Amino acid sequence: MSTSTQALRNRATDARAAEDFDRRDPDWYVDKLLAGIVFVCGISAILFVLGIFFFVTKEGIGFVFEKMDFREFFLTPYWSPSDAEDPEYGILALMAGTASVTGLAMLVAVPFSLGAAIFIAEFASGKTREVLKVLVELLAAIPSVVWGFIGLVIMNPLLIKWFDIPVGLCVLNAGIILGLMAAPIMTSIAEDALKAVPDRYREAAEAMGATRWQVIYKVVLPAAKNGLLGGVLLGVGRGFGETMAVLMATGHAVNIPDSIFDSVRALTATIAAELGEAVVGGEHYQVLFTIGIFLFLVTFIINLSADLIVRGIRKG
Amino acid sequence: MATANPTMFQASDLNQHNERVQRRYRLLFGLMTLLLITPVMLILGTLVVKGGAAISWEFLLTAPTDGMRTGGLFPALLGTIWLVTVALILSVPIGIFAAIYLSEYAGDNWFTRTINLAIINLAGVPSIVHALFGLGAFVLFFKFGTSILAASLTLAVMTMPVVIVATRESLQAVPQAFREACWNMGATRWQTIRRVVLPNSITGILTGVILEVSRTAGETAPIMFTGAVFFTPFLPQSVFDQTMALSLHLFVAATQVPEIAEHVPFGIALVLIGLVLTMNSVSIAFRMWLRGKKKW
Repeated sequence: MSTSTQALRNRATDARAAEDFDRRDPDWYVDKLLAGIVFVCGISAILFVLGIFFFVTKEGIGFVFEKMDFREFFLTPYWSPSDAEDPEYGILALMAGTASVTGLAMLVAVPFSLGAAIFIAEFASGKTREVLKVLVELLAAIPSVVWGFIGLVIMNPLLIKWFDIPVGLCVLNAGIILGLMAAPIMTSIAEDALKAVPDRYREAAEAMGATRWQVIYKVVLPAAKNGLLGGVLLGVGRGFGETMAVLMATGHAVNIPDSIFDSVRALTATIAAELGEAVVGGEHYQVLFTIGIFLFLVTFIINLSADLIVRGIRKG
Repeated sequence: MATANPTMFQASDLNQHNERVQRRYRLLFGLMTLLLITPVMLILGTLVVKGGAAISWEFLLTAPTDGMRTGGLFPALLGTIWLVTVALILSVPIGIFAAIYLSEYAGDNWFTRTINLAIINLAGVPSIVHALFGLGAFVLFFKFGTSILAASLTLAVMTMPVVIVATRESLQAVPQAFREACWNMGATRWQTIRRVVLPNSITGILTGVILEVSRTAGETAPIMFTGAVFFTPFLPQSVFDQTMALSLHLFVAATQVPEIAEHVPFGIALVLIGLVLTMNSVSIAFRMWLRGKKKW
C-alpha cells in the first residue's frame, strides 16, 4: 500500500470523525443561544453603570458647559437656587454638611465595627457567634427612611433633653444615625476580611505559644489589613451617598457647621428635597443633576480604590 | 533520675501577663459589640411599643383619612407590593443570568474584573443618583412617565447586585466535579447548567431573591421622582399608574403632614420594618437550613 493512499484514507477517517463530533443538533443551537443571552446579561452591570453616568450627565451637562463657574460652584457657600433674580449655586456648605456628618459617623462607626468584627470573628464561638452574626445582618437591613424617622422622632427629643439645645436635628444626630446605620455593614465586610486570613496562620502562631490576642494583633490584623481598609472605604461611600436618613436628621439648613449641634444640609438631601419643585430642563434642575454627576464620580472613585486596595493585597 | 521541675507546667509571669492582656481585650471588644447592638435594639423596642398600638386590621386594610392625619395605610402597602413585584420580574432573570455568566462562563481576566467593579458600583452609587438616572432615563427618555414601571425599573437596576452576588455564590458552591461528570456524558454547557448546576443551587438563589425583596421594599429615594407619590386617592390598576409606597408614606407622614396622629407614623415604620426584617429572617433561616442539609 502506497503512502499516498494511506494518507487519503486517513483524511477520509478524519473527515468522518469530524462529522461525528459536529453535533449541530437543536441542543447545540440552544447552547449557543443561551451562551449569547447569558453574556448579554453578564455585561448588563457595565451597561447599567454606563447608562447611569450617561443619563445623569445628559440632564446636567447643559449647566456644566454653559453657566457653571467651577470656582463659584465648589468654593462658595451660597445656595439659593429658587431666587428668581439672582440664583446662587455654591455647594461648599452642602459639601461641608455631607463631610461633617459622614466624618462624625465614621469616627463612631469605624472603631466600633472593627472591634465588633474582631470579637465576632476571633473571640466569639459557637452559638454566640451565630446569634451576633444574624443580629448584625438584620441591623444592616433596616431601611434608611426608618433610620431617618428614628432620628426625627426618637433622637431629636433625646438630644434636646441631654444637651439642652433648641433643635436636636443637627450634625450630631445625623452622625449618630449614620454611624449606627453604617456600622453593621462595615462589621460584616470587616468580618469577611478577617475570615479570609487562612487558619494555618493562626495555628502556626498558636503553636508558638501566642495568646489569642497576640495572634490577632501580630498575625491576623496585619494579614487582613487591606480587606479591613477596603471595608472602611465602602462604609465611607455608604455614608457619603446616604439620602433619606440624612435628609430627615440633619435639620436641612444650608450652613457650614461650627459645632456638632449646628444644623446642616447634605448634597444628597438637597437633590431629594428640591428635585420635585425644579422645572424639568430648567437651570435649577440641571444644577441638581450636576450635583448628581459629582456624587457619582466621588462614589465611583471610592469604590474603585476600595477594590484596588483589596485586590492589591491579594496579589502580594 | 531528677524530679521534674514543679514550675515547668506553671504559667510564668510573662504567660500570666499575656493571659490578662488577652482577657482584657476580649472584654473590650465584647463591650464594643454590645454597645453597637444595644442602642439599636432599644430603638427598635421603642418602635415596637409605640407602633404596636397602631397596628390593627383596620390600619392595614383602610386608606388614610382626614388629610392623611388618621386612617390606615392600605394604598401604600399595595403600592409597595406592586413596585416590588414588577421590580423582581424585571431584575431577577437578568440577575440570575448575569451570575451564571460570572460563575460558569467568565474567565479570570480584566473583563471579569470590570464586570465585578461595575456590580460593586451599582450597589455603591448613592440611591439619589439612581433616582436621577430613573428620572432621566425611564420617566423622560423612554417616556414611561412617573409610573410603577419607571419606579420599578429604577429599583431593579439598583437592587440587582443583591441577586447577582447571592446567585454567584451559590453557583460557585456547586462542586466542579458535578459539571465535569455532566460534560463527560456529552451534555452541552447549557444542559449542564440547566440540569445539574441550577437544581443544586436553586435554594441559594431563592435566599438572594428574598433579600432583594427586602431591599426593594425599603428604598425610598429612587421612587420619589419616578413613580411613587405622596398621596393618591386611586389604587394602581396597571404598571403605568402612579402609586403610593410604604417607605415614601413613612417619610411623608413623618415630615409633611402637620398634626398627624402620633401613632400613625410609628405604625407605618413598624409595618415597614416588620416586612423587611421578616424577609431577611426568612432568608437567613433558609440559608441555615440549607447549610445543614448540604451533602458535599
